[in-house]
Amino acid sequence: MTTPSIAELQAIARETRAEVIAMSHRAETPHLGSALSCVDILVACYFSGALRVFPDRPQDPDRDRIILSKGHAAMALYSVLARKGYFPADQLLAFNREGSRLQEHPGPQSTPGVEVATGSLGHGLGTGLGMALAARSLGKAYRVAVILSDGECNEGSTWEAALFGAAQQLANVAAFVDYNKWQATGRSDEVLALRPLREKWAAFGWDAVELDGHDMAALAGYLRAPPSGKPRIAICHTVKGKGCSFMEDDNNWHYRVPTADEVVQARRELGLA
Amino acid sequence: MRNAFADEITRMAQADARVHLLSGDIGNRLFNKFQEKCPGRFFNCGVAEANMISVGAGMALSGLRPVAYTITTFITARCFEQIKLDVCYNEAPLVIVGVGAGLSYASLGPTHHSFEDIAILRTLPGLSVLAPADPAEVRSALRAAVAHPGPVYIRIGKKGEPAIFSEPPEFVIGRARTVRTGGAACLIATGLVLLEALHAADALAARGIDVEVVHMPTIKPLDAAMLASVFHRHTLVGLVEEAALAGGFGGAVLEWAADADARSARVLRFGMPDEFRHEAGEQEYARSLCGLRAGQIADRVAAALKG
Repeated sequence: MTTPSIAELQAIARETRAEVIAMSHRAETPHLGSALSCVDILVACYFSGALRVFPDRPQDPDRDRIILSKGHAAMALYSVLARKGYFPADQLLAFNREGSRLQEHPGPQSTPGVEVATGSLGHGLGTGLGMALAARSLGKAYRVAVILSDGECNEGSTWEAALFGAAQQLANVAAFVDYNKWQATGRSDEVLALRPLREKWAAFGWDAVELDGHDMAALAGYLRAPPSGKPRIAICHTVKGKGCSFMEDDNNWHYRVPTADEVVQARRELGLA
Repeated sequence: MRNAFADEITRMAQADARVHLLSGDIGNRLFNKFQEKCPGRFFNCGVAEANMISVGAGMALSGLRPVAYTITTFITARCFEQIKLDVCYNEAPLVIVGVGAGLSYASLGPTHHSFEDIAILRTLPGLSVLAPADPAEVRSALRAAVAHPGPVYIRIGKKGEPAIFSEPPEFVIGRARTVRTGGAACLIATGLVLLEALHAADALAARGIDVEVVHMPTIKPLDAAMLASVFHRHTLVGLVEEAALAGGFGGAVLEWAADADARSARVLRFGMPDEFRHEAGEQEYARSLCGLRAGQIADRVAAALKG
């Protein structure tokens, strides 16, 4: 399979955003703004070719592990997994319906491709580090990518994991912080003192970089960069509700659900109408 | 018990490269031999128990058989959600070993008492909860746990516990066994206080009262067949544990009894009351404040039989 071009990746991201907005509307499910801010990161992880994933063999022991630690953005994950071929896309129509395995937060049995259950914040990095440690012990070359939210950097367990990753020099880890500057009820730099976030991770012993979390080339480049001997983390500057003018940087969309008219307007803005 | 654990995990790791050991910055020199025999498979995870459980879960989901070890209350209550989600919800076959369960660290105060671990952990789907009674049984329980396909929690004592079994007894998760026969009543003990129950039986025998003693080293899943047999054969059953009466082993047995409609036997519960221990003192003293010493158990059983 040829590696998609940046333009193709951007197109996938636009279509994913439209799908996620439609899912939120259909299922009346919140966390839309949080899902939209990490779409480009997920698309880079699954589609750029930098990570090795096998949708037809989701349990292949040599696969790279991708963990959406900010599990409340599950709509974005499900949409990307379906597009990648982990499960039929029509299952997205049943998202959050009674009896569907596609719950609001990804569980271990929700769909192939979900590595671990997330939804309670502060769990994905530690479990990912365990997988990375196992790779080293088993002599395997797989890598582990973990996507955290900025609000998740409130959790003490995130920083326990940060210390552990540095102590073990888990260079096969590439993490992301979806730094959209909001958490559920306020600015993430104000609720707790996150700033300066990159420097905090660097002080904890990580190879920490800052990049535009909507710049597909930068995201793919980060994933392709050679190992540095340390665990790596990209502080990704993102916009909550990205892709839709009336949602961008408006924290009401942490909980609001779009109307049918808003779904149409969003599709138009994404160039898909 | 901790020395038996360290020795057995070292033996097991030498025979099985999947076995890895995670420790929460305790056991100074306890695991030197493990590190020497199994280089690269011991990880001091620091004073960061929640992350240790998450890391252990990730390792277990990647084909390894990790065993996480630190002081009971820190590896249970402190990181309950990591056990609930990262281990149990993900069905990660992590073995969690808590050292110093119950009142083992009595003199260290309630920060180091673990009375609630049974009550909270037995609510978690898929988690087996084990309480071996002596150093030999720690070895058997550990082997059974590592061989088990699902997650397992083992609560153990500290050091110097007297031997009850001359060699590691057969250990099947979910199976109890009779360790002493008698017809007047039955004491069912779990874990550390089996010895108190056996001594209580001795004291009762000296008064001409022969009681059966059953050891139930698996608290979850309970051995329902053994319970049915005991409740069928006896009119007085004592449930003995070094853990909170609220929600502990005795509570679990009474839940079983209610569901099995096996309430004909009178039940005496022995365990830790609903209070913190504010008094200094070693394990046996703390047990005496909870009515958990052999003589106290014997007196209550004798009084109940008289009444």
